[in-house]
Parts: sequence; structure tokens; C-alpha cells
Amino acid sequence: METVVFSLLNGVIYGLLLFMLSSGLTLIFSMMGVLNFAHASFYMLGAYFAYTIMGVTNFWLALFLAPILAGAIGMGVEKWGLRRVHANGHVAELLFTFGLAYLIDEIVKIIWGRVSVNYVVPDELNFTLFSIYGANYPAYRIFILVVAIAMLVSLWYLLKRTRIGLIIQAALSHPHMVGHLGHNVPLVFMGVFGAGCALAGLAGVIGGNYFITDPAMAVQMGPIVFVVVVVGGLGSLEGAFIAAMLIGILQTSAVSINVSFADIFGLDPYGEVGSITIASLAPMLPFLLLVLILIVKPTGLMGDREA
Amino acid sequence: MTDAATTNTATTHTDWHALEPSSAQKFRERVLPFIIAAIVLAVIPLMGPSRTTLTLLNHMGINIVFALSFNMLLGRAGLLTFGHAVYLGLGGYFCVHILNWIDGSEGLMQHLPVFSLPIFGFGLGALAGAIIGYPSCKRAGTAFAMISLGVAELMAACAFMFDTIFGGEMGISGDRMSGPEFLGLSLGPLEEVYWFIAFWTLFGTIAMYAFTRTPLGKLSEATRDNPERVQFIGYNPTRVRYLVFIFAGGFAGLAGGMAAVQDEIFTPESMSLIPSGVVLIAAYVGGIRYFSGPIMGAILLTYMQSNLSDYSSAWLLYLGLMFIVIVMFIPNGIAGIVFGFWNGLRSPNRGAMMARWAGQGVAVVLMFMSIVVLVEVAIRWSEGYGETFEAFGMSFSFDSILTWALIVLPFAAGVFLMRRVTRKDEVPV
Repeated sequence: METVVFSLLNGVIYGLLLFMLSSGLTLIFSMMGVLNFAHASFYMLGAYFAYTIMGVTNFWLALFLAPILAGAIGMGVEKWGLRRVHANGHVAELLFTFGLAYLIDEIVKIIWGRVSVNYVVPDELNFTLFSIYGANYPAYRIFILVVAIAMLVSLWYLLKRTRIGLIIQAALSHPHMVGHLGHNVPLVFMGVFGAGCALAGLAGVIGGNYFITDPAMAVQMGPIVFVVVVVGGLGSLEGAFIAAMLIGILQTSAVSINVSFADIFGLDPYGEVGSITIASLAPMLPFLLLVLILIVKPTGLMGDREA
Repeated sequence: MTDAATTNTATTHTDWHALEPSSAQKFRERVLPFIIAAIVLAVIPLMGPSRTTLTLLNHMGINIVFALSFNMLLGRAGLLTFGHAVYLGLGGYFCVHILNWIDGSEGLMQHLPVFSLPIFGFGLGALAGAIIGYPSCKRAGTAFAMISLGVAELMAACAFMFDTIFGGEMGISGDRMSGPEFLGLSLGPLEEVYWFIAFWTLFGTIAMYAFTRTPLGKLSEATRDNPERVQFIGYNPTRVRYLVFIFAGGFAGLAGGMAAVQDEIFTPESMSLIPSGVVLIAAYVGGIRYFSGPIMGAILLTYMQSNLSDYSSAWLLYLGLMFIVIVMFIPNGIAGIVFGFWNGLRSPNRGAMMARWAGQGVAVVLMFMSIVVLVEVAIRWSEGYGETFEAFGMSFSFDSILTWALIVLPFAAGVFLMRRVTRKDEVPV
């Protein structure tokens, strides 16, 4: 019971972080039809910006400024990079972001060094919120939960209940018509790309000190975010949410199951296959899920179009 | 244009033979390059290369075959994959295991010459392609790319898990000198390994070129450009993709077999996303629209990998920059530049073109210099050992205004020149 509750709580938090990353990616994909390979790099940039800003001022300013900075860089990338590559087709766009991920990795290594930086949870949030089953539950995790839910609600409100959201949704499906109606579609695209990157940056700000802030964090997070977006169905925010939750809970629960194949299938516990535990399979689960989903249901869980 | 159209409609019997290239042209385009390549490969050992050079050349050969096999997918069939190293890794692992079987066996295996190993690499690569490709080739485009990414992550994770097959972090190693000699090659010294690599590089290149001339090779290009029309004329795009995928996996496995003999060791890292990314960059930088593009890219990248890392710790940054510049401004890659230059030299207005290239060349050099200074100064600042970057007989310290002037001014001048030169040729067209 104890394990189940903890796995669920941590899984939901991890899932919400994943959703924060994948919502931006999904928006960018449905708009431009391109998967932004450098998306996790903006997550990393958010964490590093927050670390630097926190060193000068405080965490709350970092929480506000770092995503804006990441978003501004994203806008620049869209305006001077992606827009130019767009004429050469989707593969060129995908490869551009692939190269960009390389570049951001190396620049981060030059500016902040090759080892992890000491980006820690601020003192104001570094306390035990409650105890269950004799274990202390840190307040920062609940803080992540609150920020993620706040982001979720405001994103939903922005897209479904405001005029800006209406224009964005229209520009996703009928960009030319929206352009004819007098809206600046390239500006909308740039804005959405920037907003997506800012969301990734926000995930970096609150995830960087929950996990660890080092130059490898983008490479570790990147493929999992892709899995979320593809499993959820390319272009579907609801699907991305379900997939993020699914993978978050699945992976967190698997880590805490210390059962080996030998116990399940009655194999030799010292043999190679028998000694594999469910916990050690956890990092592979998202990719297994990806391959299975794409074979069984190519559109993803909630997607309406084939990738 | 209109002339050609009227003549075509006027004559009821179109003379198709007139459109066919002459046999001299065929020879020049399809046979001569391979003869030249064979001669070059034969001449290189006469120049007495050092052991380091030989190792570099051998790795170039391996990467050429690998990059060409990758381009069978991306350039020819339009399939972007992020997991091509899986097939090289599986083929290579299989070959290292065979090396050990030859070494330890008393039976039939001990008569197998090591020289033939790449054939087995091809077999296993193709088998892996047939198994993994069956589900993934049902999709094209982004989904195919994502499946390849997932498969690559899965295989790399498996490789770290099953130690008896993949040898864990240490990998597995073998001895290439075991088994009978073939053509008098013991494959012990690097010079003899060179001949082995040269033979299989040439074999792989010719085989993959021949593949582009087959109906299947042509169909794969048609599937890339317009899968719907391929369906209309009665072919199944999924099947075409699948068959090409099997061949591409096979040739990647061939490269794996070559690498197994050259390096005598394989580690699970060889199947990870990193080598898959490097081969993608190599093929694209070389130029995926040309058959020879990936060859050029593989040679350049292998050279950069082994030499640039000695000069600068930021060589990955240069690599990323080069890749982005190619994607943004030179989508035809190095091969595009080379062939464009070659065609330009023979065109009537070559004077104007030469002037433009000279201008572009100067602009590129100016921008490149300022970027190098910026990166190197930044790296020395980042490492914090108090070193200063010294080049062109000057030393660039982080806090001097001169350094920053030498970063900003050449870059601005380069951008200005590039814009001026490039704008000129936009007017007449």
C-alpha cells in the first residue's frame, strides 16, 4: 500500500513534468508539422537560467524570468532558423533542430561547465509537508504539482476560452485562411514556438532541482518526451496528457518493483534472463510502449492523423 | 522548351534512343569513377603511410560503407532513421563472435577465412533489418523516424543487459589473425588490414551503386517522391520500403564486419544513438542527393573525429555548427558544392561565377575566423586555467577589446560581403 501511494504520487508529478514538456512540443508539431528535436534542450536551458538567476536574486524571480528567456531564444530560433529551413521540407526542419540540440549542448558545456551545477531547492520550499506511513514527503514535490496544474489550467483557458486561443487553433488547421482574414500568421507561429519553448523552460526550472542539472539532462529527457508525444498521438494535447501520465506512473512504479523474471516465470535466479528485475527494465518501458503503440495503433492514443 | 514540345508532338514515333546517354557518357559516369577509386586505393600504400594514417584510412573505409548504406534510406528512399548504428552493431558483434568461434573450434569453423567475415555481417544486418523493418516500414515520415529512435534505445538498453552476447560495458573482443590465410593475407599487420578494408569498401560501394540502377533502387526513389503514384502503377510502397530497408541493414552489417576485423572489439556503445547521429550528420553534410555525397561526408567526418579533437575540445560544437550551416544554406552538401563548381567551370559565364565564388569564399573565411576566435576564447575562459588563445601570431585574451573587435568586425564584414555577392546573382534569374 505504502509503495502504491508513493509510486502514484511521484508518478503523477513526473507525468505532469513530462506533460509540461510535451505540451509545447505537441503545439509546435500541430502547427509546423515538425518534431522539435531541440525541445529538451530548452528544458535544460530553463534549468541553467534558473540556476544563474537564483544565484543573483531569488528563486521566485527565476521561476518567472527563466521561462521567458528560454521562450525568447525559441522565438529567435524560429524567426532566423526554422523559417528559412521550412522551404526545404520537413526532413530539413527536423535535421535543423537535431543540429541545434548538439549546439545547445556544447554551448551549455562552455558556459556552465561539463559537470553538474549546484541548483538546489530553495530554502522556502525545503521542508517536510506531511508524513505518511512514517516517511516524510517533501513540500517541493507538491509545489511542482501545483505549478504544473496551474500551467495546465491556464493553457486550457488560453486555448479554449480566449480570442488568442481561437486564432491559434484556426492557424493550426487553416493558416492561409487566417492569413487572408488579416492575422499575422508568421507572428502566431513564432509566438507559439516561443511559448512552447517557454513551457519547456518552466519544466526545467522546477525539474532541474528535483532531478539534477547537468549537460546530459537534455539527452536523457529528449527521447522520453518524443515517446510521450508520439504515443499520445501527434498533435493531440489530450493524448499527450494521458500518455505523459501513463509513462510517468508506469516508470515510477516499475522502479519500485523489485521482482525479477526468475520470480515471475520460475527461471533460474542466477541465469542471465532470470536475474533481470522489473526495476532494471524501467528505463526501457517508454520505448517498448512507443514501438508497440506505433505497430498496433499508428495514430497514437488520441491522434486523428497518422504521423 | 516550346521547341522541344512541338517536335515531340509533331513526330509520332519518339526516338527514345536519342534520349539515352551515349556509351562513352555511360562509361564516364558509371565506370570511370570506380576505376579511379580502385587506382587511388591501390596507390595509397605505395606512399608509405604511418600506422596512424592507416588506422584513419581503415576507419574512413568503414564509415564510407556505413554512410552509403544510411543514404540508401535517407537520400534514396526518403526514410529518416535515428537508429542505423543498430545494424552495424549487430553485424559487428556477430563477426566478433565468429572470430572467436574460428579461434576456438576444432571442426568446420576453423577453415573459415577471416577475410569473408563482412559477408556474415551483411547476413545478420539484413536479417535484423527484415525483423525490425517489418513493423516499422509500414510507416514513413516522422513515425518511421520515431520508431527507429525507439528501436535504437531498446537495442542499446538490451545490449547493456545481456552480457553473454554483448559483453557488458567492456564489450567483446576477438583475434583477427585466427583461421586460414586468404590471398596470403594474415591480417595481422595494419598494412594487410588495409587491403581487406580497401577490397570491401570498393565492393560495398560498387554493390550499392549497382543497387541504385536496379528497378528496386529506382522504385525506392519513386516511393520517396510520390508514394501514391507508385501505388497507381501497381507497386506496393510498403513493400518497396521494406526491401530497401533490408538491404540498407545488410550493408550496415557489412560495415560492422569490416569494423570487427579492424578494431577486434565491439562495445554496446556502438549501437547507441551517438554513432547513429554521427552517420546522419556525415551523410547529410556530404550531400544526400548525390551518390558520392555520403562518401565525401564520411571521409570529412572521420578525419574531423580523429584530428580535430586533438586541436580543440569544442570539436563537437564545430560539428554542430557545420551541420546547421549545411542544413540552412547548403542543402545539397559538399557534393553539391563540388559538382556546382565543376559545372560552373565549364559554363559560358565562368568569369562571373568565379568572381562570385571568390567573394563567397572570402566571406566564409572571414566568418569562420571570427567564430573560431570566439569559440576558442570562450573555451579557455570556461576551463579557467588562465590560458590565452594564441593564433595568427597574436594572443587573444578574454578581456581585451582587440579580441572582441577581431570577433565582431570580420563576422560583420563576412555577412556584408556574402549578402552583396549573393544578391547580385538573384537579379538576372
